[in-house]
Parts: sequence; C-alpha cells; structure tokens
Amino acid sequence: MKARVFVSLKTTVLDPQGKTVRAALQGLGYPAIEDVRQGKFFDIAIASGVTREQARKDIETIAHDVLANPVIEEYRVELLD
Amino acid sequence: MKFGVIVFPGSNCDHDAFYAASHNLGQPTEYIWHDSRSLGDVDAVILPGGFAYGDYLRCGAIARFSPVMQAVQRFAAEGGLVLGICNGFQILVEAGLLPGALIRNRGLKFICRELRLRVATTHSPFTGALHEGQVLRLPIAHGEGCYFAEPRTLDELEAEDRVAFRYLDNPNGSLRDIAGILSRERNVMGMMPHPERASDPLMGSADGLGVFQSMLAAVEAARPVAGVRP
Repeated sequence: MKARVFVSLKTTVLDPQGKTVRAALQGLGYPAIEDVRQGKFFDIAIASGVTREQARKDIETIAHDVLANPVIEEYRVELLD
Repeated sequence: MKFGVIVFPGSNCDHDAFYAASHNLGQPTEYIWHDSRSLGDVDAVILPGGFAYGDYLRCGAIARFSPVMQAVQRFAAEGGLVLGICNGFQILVEAGLLPGALIRNRGLKFICRELRLRVATTHSPFTGALHEGQVLRLPIAHGEGCYFAEPRTLDELEAEDRVAFRYLDNPNGSLRDIAGILSRERNVMGMMPHPERASDPLMGSADGLGVFQSMLAAVEAARPVAGVRP
C-alpha cells in the first residue's frame, strides 16, 4: 500500500515562493493566473499486512507530528493501492 | 557557571558559541553531542546556529527528535536556562519549547548582515544586564527567520512581556518586528540574530556579550550561598 501526504502553508501564512511564481507567470503572459500556493508531498510505501485502517491512523499521526508543522501548515492524507 | 553547547550534525556556530562563553565570557564550557541523553552538570545550554540535519523537512524539524532534545526538554522543565540562536531558535519552536514558527524570509533571500535590535524587556535571565530600549548591533544570517504566530499568540507574548528583542529595520517580515522571544517561565529564549558573533570588539561589535553576561549574572544570583562552591 502507498500513501501520499500533501503539505502546504495555511492560507493565513504568507507564501513568498508562491507569490514569486505567480509574478513570474504573469510576466510570461498568463494574466489569468490570480494566485499560486506552493507546497510539497511525500510518497510513502507501507509494508504489506498492514490494514487500511491502521495505515490511515499511522499516516495521520505521522503527518501531524512530523511531516507538517501545524502552527503554519495544513496537510491532507491520501491512501493509494 | 558552566555552559553546554549542543552540537547537531550540521551545526556551524557551535564553535562561535563555545568561544563566546569560554573565552569572551571566561566561563567553563563544554560541547554536548546530539545523541547524548544527558546534559551533565551544566547551568545553561546553548542550541547554536547552523543547519542541523541539513534543515531537511523544515528547519529544526529533525533535530527536534534527536536524543539530546529530550534532555533539553527536561532541563527546561526544571528551570534550566536554554538559549537558542538562529537554527537553535528554529529547533526550540519545532520542539514546542517556544510558540510560533520561523518561515521563509519575506524577500526569499538568505540575509547575512549586521543590523540593529532594540531590547524589549530586561525582565529575563538573558537580558537582565541590558537596558530597556538599548539598541544592539548584531549580525543575522538566515533564510527562514520570519517569525510567525497567530494573532492570539502574539497578543499573549506582548501581554506577558515575552518579546525579548525587536528589529529596528525588520529584515525578514517577522510579525510585530519580533527578533527574539521568551518562554512563559522566562528560562528559555530563542533569537534569530547572533549574539555570539558579536561578543568581542575585534568582531566589530561586542553588544552580544551582554546576553551571556546576563545569563552569568542570573545563574550567580540564583546560587544559594554566594562564594561557596562544592
């Protein structure tokens, strides 16, 4: 089983990288691009034999405690087969 | 007074901190390796600047889980003095010993230069030997030094007089110009500027020595019987 965890800055936190990308895209002639938020994702391989429920529980904990800093970031967990 | 300087893989201001405490302040100082489970008999511990664990994941995010940080957590809970400088500050916020977070500089650039800070409180073991409103010249060297916290946390820091230093010319977008903060019990301080890199006139400024002198004065004052040492 595989999991993918998306981590991005909360909307209340300034994202200067996203703003810079947006400015570059507007400069390249894409005036319709109103906003860009930059984030990252983690692809995680999980050993066979782990139940889907257990995997989701563990990955949620890992995302909250390690992969994201809840003070500034939000995250989303997807389980892939 | 004895200082301990934590050495993480990727620390690069550990020698500067050691030199400031040992040579410039004249106190016994030792290095503490990141996989130690004890801090020994130190009176204060410094988490130095650098790029602990390569700043992978987030600055300070991996360092926070190193064995020595459990000892630092216990030491802080018992009232020991903990000073985090630059990357050390980032580690302290990741570890939850200080509130908020340090994010990418507003201008995206890594900034390495001297700047001016104002002492925002002298009511702490790290600033007690300074004067309220005193302006210090200290260098900064960071890419992720923009202090962020929710408005409620910022209000709380200000209401409890826990902002230690503010930038005069905010270089990185830090909210409310915050350059350094204190824990609720005031025995943990994190700051982005480098007092250890300005602790001798030869370095261009000795203003940072006041932070170390404050710590020394606080520890000496807390000793039960002055002049009697085991």
